[in-house]
Amino acid sequence: MKNRILQLCATVAGIAVGLVAATSANAATTLETVKARGKLICGVSMSTPGFATADAKGHMQGFDVDVCRAVAAAVFGDPEKVDFVLTNINTRFQALQSGEIDMLSRQTTLTFSREVSLGLDFGPTVFYDGQGLMVAKSLGVNSAKELTDAAICTLPGTTTAQNLSDFFRSIGGKFELVVFENPDENRNAFFSGRCEAISSDRSDLASIRAVANNPDDYVVLPETISKEPLAPAVRQNDSNWRDIVSWSAWMLMAAEERGITQANVDEMAKSEDPEIQRMLGVNEELGKMLNLDNKWGYNIIKGVGNYGEVFERNLGTKTALGLTRGPNTRWSEGGLLYAPPFR
Amino acid sequence: MPLFYDARIRAYLYQAIAVGIVLLIAWVMFSTASANLAKQDIATGFGFLARQAGFVITETAITYEPTDTIGRAILVGIANTVKVSLLAALLGTILGLLVGIGRLSHNPVLSRLMLAYVEALRNVPLLLYLLLWYSLIISAFPPVKQAIEMLPGVFLSNSGLVMPALHWESGFAALVTALIVAVAAATFAARIIGRRRVVTGKDMPVAAIATLAFFLPIAAALLIANISVAWDVPVLGRFRLSGGYHLRPEFVALLLGLTLSVSANVAEIVRAGIQAVSKGQWEAATALGLSRARTLKLVILPQALRIIIPPLTNTYLTVFKNSSLAIAIGYPDLVMVSNTIMNQTGQAIESIAIFMGVYLGLSILISLVMNWYNAKVALRER
Repeated sequence: MKNRILQLCATVAGIAVGLVAATSANAATTLETVKARGKLICGVSMSTPGFATADAKGHMQGFDVDVCRAVAAAVFGDPEKVDFVLTNINTRFQALQSGEIDMLSRQTTLTFSREVSLGLDFGPTVFYDGQGLMVAKSLGVNSAKELTDAAICTLPGTTTAQNLSDFFRSIGGKFELVVFENPDENRNAFFSGRCEAISSDRSDLASIRAVANNPDDYVVLPETISKEPLAPAVRQNDSNWRDIVSWSAWMLMAAEERGITQANVDEMAKSEDPEIQRMLGVNEELGKMLNLDNKWGYNIIKGVGNYGEVFERNLGTKTALGLTRGPNTRWSEGGLLYAPPFR
Repeated sequence: MPLFYDARIRAYLYQAIAVGIVLLIAWVMFSTASANLAKQDIATGFGFLARQAGFVITETAITYEPTDTIGRAILVGIANTVKVSLLAALLGTILGLLVGIGRLSHNPVLSRLMLAYVEALRNVPLLLYLLLWYSLIISAFPPVKQAIEMLPGVFLSNSGLVMPALHWESGFAALVTALIVAVAAATFAARIIGRRRVVTGKDMPVAAIATLAFFLPIAAALLIANISVAWDVPVLGRFRLSGGYHLRPEFVALLLGLTLSVSANVAEIVRAGIQAVSKGQWEAATALGLSRARTLKLVILPQALRIIIPPLTNTYLTVFKNSSLAIAIGYPDLVMVSNTIMNQTGQAIESIAIFMGVYLGLSILISLVMNWYNAKVALRER
């Protein structure tokens, strides 16, 4: 009850704040607002291991969090100058539209209708995800196509239910959908056998599996039933701010391509390579063109590392999630990450 | 005398000003909201209701396919909300009446037991009970593959209760007609006998005659119309039981939670109502030689009803609104369907406006019905 009321209040408050903020805040650009405040305000999920959680000391960490920190480093030269705001699935877009947050970095899928009709612009895809299904090994199922007539637990999140419907319609099967508002109830229902399968983004399934009593009892099926390109989002009609967020994300990817790491960035600043010089602000003035400090790229890499470091630290095989890079690897190695040239 | 000094005119003036201010605020809020949404390039309007929904709703009180419109999906949500609230109100009232009477019993064990029941239910948030019932159901019963077959074709598992369903092949309309006629005939017979008793003082076996009046039309329908039914017996497939009628744990847990909460409230209302009837009525009835049960039925309850109805209206409104807690345990009520739609279309203001409008409208409807009933049973002063 409390949870639901809070959520409704948050929605209503988000809308109300939006109405007020939209009338007053339009004058200043987001960058000016952020600089004047001295802090970036970033909307994250707060409770998704690997993407955004607080550690024992209350310090936020995770993949989504590091994207925010990269932008903070670009603007202020300090990855710690961020305030994280809890956004839930229902209120995240309102929070952004209303100006409550400067950017949204919350495992959010870039889709046509969101970009076109919600007053948002998305940055580059930072994580290529896809919806999958997880079952207990004991069920003896090897493919999602065998799951006809099974019960499937999901969160009401966005397109999850719709993708399942589309998938089972395409193979001509039916299934029983059980939708939970609360991730804990969703997990419990799956672990206690109410549902044969649980469906979510594959990265999310990895984090659900990580909290099982015995993770080895569960297996994620091979099918990926949807494309879920996760990208940060900003308000529409502020192209300078969008450029900053986009090129900060691309800076992470380009740094990995160029072999620039958190540890060797000072060394690399002495490089003769003209693109590295441009990225790190040794040569030309890319930073100034973004209305940022010319060392913005150096600050990002010094602050959070390159894409590979961010991935391995939060999601990689040595973490509880144990994700492999999969499609989230450099284009030159057969992946999908492809940063446009810095020139 | 200037008009302004007329108390009545002044009262009207104040009221007109108050209404005007409220309307003005509403208009300002509405126009700012639409202007801002337009400025932020956010889609507005109710056009999305005609788009294809595309998502599955497993529990549907009216027929629904993912290819239906979003508007239809909202109707499914409304129907699910109404279904569970009506059933909970009905069952809760019956149970509550019994508990309330039990609370006043002279048997100390029974009355203490009922007191414990009421207090345990009233003093813990409903949400916790819902989660408790749901967790109990899904963890106490075995998975579908090891479902307990209680009777042939009746399976109990942590996916709920599945039982054979009747499928009408023909004669459904005839039987429904016969049923309506039967109820009307029985009611009519009982009323005639009642009136006869008042006028002539002669009694007749009411129950027997009413039963006869009830079963005659049904027997006629069974003989005349060609009624044929088929049983749809559930079959265990690879994962699930297919076919038959399915009572899902989400629905059962919600119905159970709401029913128990209604029953506790009704019990207290009934107890208060009975205790509000003056002691003299009991004594007078006892003096006439009526037994305790007949006193309760003929003398006390009809008078208590007048006191009971207004707080009962409140309870019914509460159960209807509390049904939105369904979202915690995965029952697809109006709020859950609206949330899914909100996530898909991003049109939060419209979706929230729809479900607020529906709750408001149905709540007012409940109040109207209950007020009408209240006026009907109210003491008619002559």
